[in-house]
Amino acid sequence: MSEQENLVLIGNGMAGMRTVEELLALAPDRYRITVFGAEPCGNYNRILLSPVLAGEKKLEDILLNDLDWYAQHGITLHAGCEVTGIDRVRRRVRAADGTEASYDRLLLATGSVPVVLPLPGADLPGVVTFRDIADVERMLAAAGAGRRAVVIGGGLLGLEAANGLLCQGMQVTVVHLAGTLMERQLDQPAAELLRRSLEGRGIEILLEARTEALLGEDRVGTVRLAGGRELPADLVVMAVGIRPNVELARNAGLHCGRGVVVDDTLQTYDPRIYAVGECVQHRGDTYGLVAPLFEQAKVCANHLARLGYARYAGSVTATRLKVTGVELFSAGDYLGAAGGDELVYQDPAKGVYKKLVVRDDRVCGAVLYGDAVDASWYFQLMREHTDVGAFRDRLLFGQAHLGDAGHGGVDAVAAMDDTAEVCGCNGVSKGEIVRAITTKGLFTLEEVRAHTKASSSCGSCTGMVEQLLALTLGGDYSAPEVKPLCGCTGFTHEEVRRAIGENALKSVPEVMRFLEWRNPDGCQSCRPALNYYLLCTWPGEYRDDGQSRFINERAHANIQRDGTYSVVPRIWGGVTSPAQLRAIADVAERFEVPSVKFTGGQRIDLLGVPKERLPAVWHALNQAGLVSGHAYGKAVRTVKTCVGSQWCRFGTQDSTTLGIRMEKLCWGAWTPHKVKMGVSGCPRNCSEATVKDLGVVGVDSGWEIHVGGNAGVKVRATELLCRVKTMEEVLEYCGAFLQVYREEARYLERTAPWIERVGMTYVRRRLVEEADGRRALHARFLESQRHAQKDPWAERAEGSDGAREFLPLAQVG
Amino acid sequence: MNDQASPRAPADSKWLRVGPLEAIPPRGARVVHSRAGDIAVFRTGDDRVFALLDRCPHKGGPLSQGIVFDNRVACPLHNWVIDLEAGAACAPDEGQVQRFPVRVAEGTVYLCLQDSYANGEALI
Repeated sequence: MSEQENLVLIGNGMAGMRTVEELLALAPDRYRITVFGAEPCGNYNRILLSPVLAGEKKLEDILLNDLDWYAQHGITLHAGCEVTGIDRVRRRVRAADGTEASYDRLLLATGSVPVVLPLPGADLPGVVTFRDIADVERMLAAAGAGRRAVVIGGGLLGLEAANGLLCQGMQVTVVHLAGTLMERQLDQPAAELLRRSLEGRGIEILLEARTEALLGEDRVGTVRLAGGRELPADLVVMAVGIRPNVELARNAGLHCGRGVVVDDTLQTYDPRIYAVGECVQHRGDTYGLVAPLFEQAKVCANHLARLGYARYAGSVTATRLKVTGVELFSAGDYLGAAGGDELVYQDPAKGVYKKLVVRDDRVCGAVLYGDAVDASWYFQLMREHTDVGAFRDRLLFGQAHLGDAGHGGVDAVAAMDDTAEVCGCNGVSKGEIVRAITTKGLFTLEEVRAHTKASSSCGSCTGMVEQLLALTLGGDYSAPEVKPLCGCTGFTHEEVRRAIGENALKSVPEVMRFLEWRNPDGCQSCRPALNYYLLCTWPGEYRDDGQSRFINERAHANIQRDGTYSVVPRIWGGVTSPAQLRAIADVAERFEVPSVKFTGGQRIDLLGVPKERLPAVWHALNQAGLVSGHAYGKAVRTVKTCVGSQWCRFGTQDSTTLGIRMEKLCWGAWTPHKVKMGVSGCPRNCSEATVKDLGVVGVDSGWEIHVGGNAGVKVRATELLCRVKTMEEVLEYCGAFLQVYREEARYLERTAPWIERVGMTYVRRRLVEEADGRRALHARFLESQRHAQKDPWAERAEGSDGAREFLPLAQVG
Repeated sequence: MNDQASPRAPADSKWLRVGPLEAIPPRGARVVHSRAGDIAVFRTGDDRVFALLDRCPHKGGPLSQGIVFDNRVACPLHNWVIDLEAGAACAPDEGQVQRFPVRVAEGTVYLCLQDSYANGEALI
């Protein structure tokens, strides 16, 4: 690009450099970039200073960008070069050593400075703060077995410093002004458990203790407390807090409060100057945790790259303590200061304490001590304002206990062995994940997924991976509240869907153009989602884009690990006949199908059919009256039934007849994810209807309709929607339920997580309370089905036009 | 891929005719059976054509069945993304697929089996 501008970054820390990295990803050539850093090294991971102090890691382990990285990206780095002045008129910055640089855009990321108490003796050698690698080196130099350290401040930083020094063999005393430890993050019972645990490790803790003076001749030797008590000290660490470093900005005449004031685009009052990180004050708040800083970095980069659409709206933050072996989590209004109910679980013998503050059926605060396995889940419920009314009685027992069983029994990850398997799908151990996080500098779930594959398949270990991230990095790194549809866009699923309807967008390229997709072709994640949303919004009108569908839906068969396919004919309600079985057997023999198996949904699976033979197999099945079973699609799969009152001596209702009618109503419907249904003739529930997306159970007086079950990764029992008297009513509810799910769930979201997200109260309102709405939904479903119910096999069977693409293009050589 | 838009059919016998370009759907692929194994011939949204061995370097998945976007394909088995131009797996995955020279002349696709490339060097 010929018109390269100059971007100068002041502050070579995590927030500033993350912004540069985000910017390079968006617009690699827009700027000539110059970075000033007061510290003499590359950018390192400041939140891992505690492990360095504890001797678990070294500086080179926590470097995020080494000097080579700057050179490779053409960035001029002035390390160890403190900027002393900004001339906003001439647009130049000047450093202490005389170095100057001019800018078109300036990015301030000056971070924060530790608060130093104005005590007598605070300037003595041996008195340090805990902020950067130089502080850690000073502490390590003073440390040594048998020597004494006093840490002033019993907050997060102070306790991590105390633990680190203890690991270095020092005798450590923590002097804390307040009556409980970490009073800004913990309530009294949790703080008490923490105190006992730290004392058990050998840290002496003095509460309600005020330091009066630091004494010593040429070096600190004693800490004197109010009341006259004196503590011998070879090292004093002051960890009483941090404040935004705004001196440079203030001297340059920029508007500052506690921090440099920025708007939602991270711009300061000077339009050429942006600011990110701990030095920033946004909507009155300052942040000292890394997750919000990274969110800011993303938004700021978006504006520096002149894309101009991202907005930062503030962050909900959570805290963890990086002390090996202590599980502690705190977030939100943990004291319930704004009212609300406190749900508390306490087991003093096991050292477990959990408190959730719930207001209007929304989680608004949490403190977890001793067992923080569900921290990420609670945090997500908090940020998404999920209605927990339906399961608040089970909330404290954790996500594993939602539904009747589940992926429970997860160990506390902190206690897990390094070799323990975390991701069962891809065989990834705890040690591998932790190594990847520290050596590759990963911060988000997506990054861990990309590098290790952990949690990238079934996702059941997601909570554990998030835990490991949090434990390793000491914060909560779960994804920001509003998740874009995929990397090609900043818009969410909901925003994209709304845009499709409101602007009458009728094709995938049209949507991408209108919403300014970053990649004009999209990717393998967004194209299938857009195709589905268009299909659902414009039934009968939208022309399906096969190339935007996953192969199973393009080939109308299920791809297997060896590249062959499985074929599952529809068997209505799971009821078959000798003639049908004979026809299937004939096809299996004629085409030498290697494997024939019953599926979990009462169907017959013909496995191992090569793609080019599919049209012939379908033709043969069609001839016998069999059609596609849609076992391959994000679609209505099966209705599983028991024999019901036709045969069963316990049966109260005719479940097979209803199952067949439901399947005739619903087959062929494309849905956000697969949909499985079941009908049982009595509450003994032999068709396992209560773990289906929609399950119907016959009772003496009629039918119970249940929704939102799942027997997959996480077992979840259905919740009762309502009771009705007749089959006709069941069918109306069934169509309406499928339609509201089709219209409102995100692509690839099963009914169970969808219902957990929107709440059962909402689903009941849409389907039970609003009878007119239900009938309208059912009518829309029928209209959509009018276009959807065409056997896809017949359209592609041997002899049809559609069969061509199943054959090889040529045989050569 | 410098000569793939060449207007006339190649005279050299090493170029094997595999079929009309229009038989390959845009953002799609077709399979060509060959003595070298199955070869996936891709056509991108902007009508560029690439030929790769139809085996993902991860677990051998048929790349021809994947979703094609830009000059990339996502393997249908485990979602590895392969760069069609270089035949290489996109970061952070690592792997290389064998590539074959391919050209389009007068609307017909030609494939060369003699010169295949198992690394990222430029195709003739």
